[in-house]
Amino acid sequence: MPVTLAQLELRLESSGRRPWLGFARRHPLLVFGAALLAVMVVLALAAPWIATHDPTEMDILHRLKPPSAEHYFGTDALGRDVFSRTLWGGRVSLVVGISVALLATSLGVLIGMAAGFVRLADSLIMRVMDGMMAIPGILLAIALMTLSRASVRTVVIAITVPEIPRVVRLVRSLVLIIREQPYIQAAEAIGTRYHWLLLRHVLPNIVTPLIVQATFICASAVIFEAYLSFLGAGTPPEIPSWGNMMAEGRAVVQLAFHIILYPGLFLGFTVLSINLLGDGLRDMLDPRIARRL
Amino acid sequence: MIYVFKRIIALIPVLAVVAVIVFLLLHMGPGDPAVLIAGDTATAADIEQIRQKLGLDRPLLEQFFTWLWRILHGDMGVSVFTGLPVTTMIRQRLEPTFWLTLSTIVVAVVMAVPMGIIAAWKAGTWIDRCIMALAVLAFSLPVFLIGYFLIFGFSIKFALLPVQGFVSIRDGFGPFIRHLILPTLSGALIYMALIARMTRATMLEVLGEDYIRTARAKGVANPRLLLRHALKNAAVPVVTTIGLGVALLLGGVIVTESVFAIPGIGRLTVDSVLRHDYPVIQGIVLVTSTGYVLINLVIDLLYTVFDPRIRY
Repeated sequence: MPVTLAQLELRLESSGRRPWLGFARRHPLLVFGAALLAVMVVLALAAPWIATHDPTEMDILHRLKPPSAEHYFGTDALGRDVFSRTLWGGRVSLVVGISVALLATSLGVLIGMAAGFVRLADSLIMRVMDGMMAIPGILLAIALMTLSRASVRTVVIAITVPEIPRVVRLVRSLVLIIREQPYIQAAEAIGTRYHWLLLRHVLPNIVTPLIVQATFICASAVIFEAYLSFLGAGTPPEIPSWGNMMAEGRAVVQLAFHIILYPGLFLGFTVLSINLLGDGLRDMLDPRIARRL
Repeated sequence: MIYVFKRIIALIPVLAVVAVIVFLLLHMGPGDPAVLIAGDTATAADIEQIRQKLGLDRPLLEQFFTWLWRILHGDMGVSVFTGLPVTTMIRQRLEPTFWLTLSTIVVAVVMAVPMGIIAAWKAGTWIDRCIMALAVLAFSLPVFLIGYFLIFGFSIKFALLPVQGFVSIRDGFGPFIRHLILPTLSGALIYMALIARMTRATMLEVLGEDYIRTARAKGVANPRLLLRHALKNAAVPVVTTIGLGVALLLGGVIVTESVFAIPGIGRLTVDSVLRHDYPVIQGIVLVTSTGYVLINLVIDLLYTVFDPRIRY
């Protein structure tokens, strides 16, 4: 989009006096996404102090109660406080989202670099990745969960595996371009060691798109965890997670819609904030792509 | 024609890798697969029986090739839980999933492509912003939340549409469609968001080309310009996204079936997970992956229709 002189002046002006305001105006998505995500993170981290009840405490006399002053989001089929459970559930989602993003990205970088630099490994690795990408992600995760005992750790692994091929493809395609650059040839010519070459010269040049990719992986992992738990193949049912809460609310959806509504909204807001953050980061870090999308 | 043949041959390694992965998963997992499948209440004799039934006591390579040989003959083994052949169980559940997937694709494409075109045409205006905001929102909302909102709105509050279930097309077209509307909508939104974003992005690129300016200058009317001159040239990336997005869509369909109690492949998956019925899961993964790969093959072959410059 062409920038008029007036807009440019406005930007300079606003960034001069209140640098934060200027930044927010230039990257509204980024700032809004980050702020929303910060709220969700704080709510999850502060769950022990904000929660009004024990998230696992049952109260048979007060089952399926609508939202009230005592129970902000009402109670579920076992009389547990939906508000407290929703806050605690955020912890599971964030732990899974962040772990999967870190794990999938780092494994993807390792495999992708191997594919991009070691010619012998390349075709084998890429055939395996093609095969993995032919399996719809959620089904691969379900298959993995069928074979392991449910825990947060196995959920993280089951969601990480289907995400890896996308990272590998991205890293490989970047590495193939970087490998031909003069500075890499120069580094090779002066006898830079292999691991140092990768770490010091290749990695910094692929970090930007990786960060953006990791953000989107985090968002999709949060949704995946909820899907798996909702289908009964995710986080163990005794742990309050958003997917578990919605799965439990399914049977009583006609009587107590709030059991599904609140965790669903929290889930939606969290994923939205991470996606906005990712869009914003991409626009900020890579203006070339930003102009296209 | 030779190209078509080559493309079909190229599918073989992909499907072979899928088969190896599906097969190896059972053996790479932590612990003894027979113990896991048998469940917590199984006795040692039960576990031994499952081990023998699935051939888990044989050498790995022998197991793989017997398994592969059977798959190639359409035998995907027997369910640990029901004792029925996996092929039969999947075939019984295929119909609802097929229709739901098809209707979701059609609805999503029919809504998303015009949205993307309008957003690109009006780029930078509030129309564009609204459409893109809607797309981000649709991309972030979990399928079941959309599903339950629709159930709550259309069925519980106003009783306009059936809440759940599936009616076969043979039992009347009216009920068939009525049962399909809500699941289709809830599954289509996320897929629609993906396609709309891609359509907008490629259309923006194409609209910046010289020949578009030329067409404008000689006075081509807007609808004709957008559809004939621009969309035709933007079609290939959009159609590719439609194909690749099917993986995302299938995930959505599985969850949607669960929300709307539709007895399809998704429900079969969920039931099998709870029973640790791995042979069935294996079969479902193989069938859906093959379906996904075939859809993308058809799309690849369709490129020539959209872009005559591509010749095979």
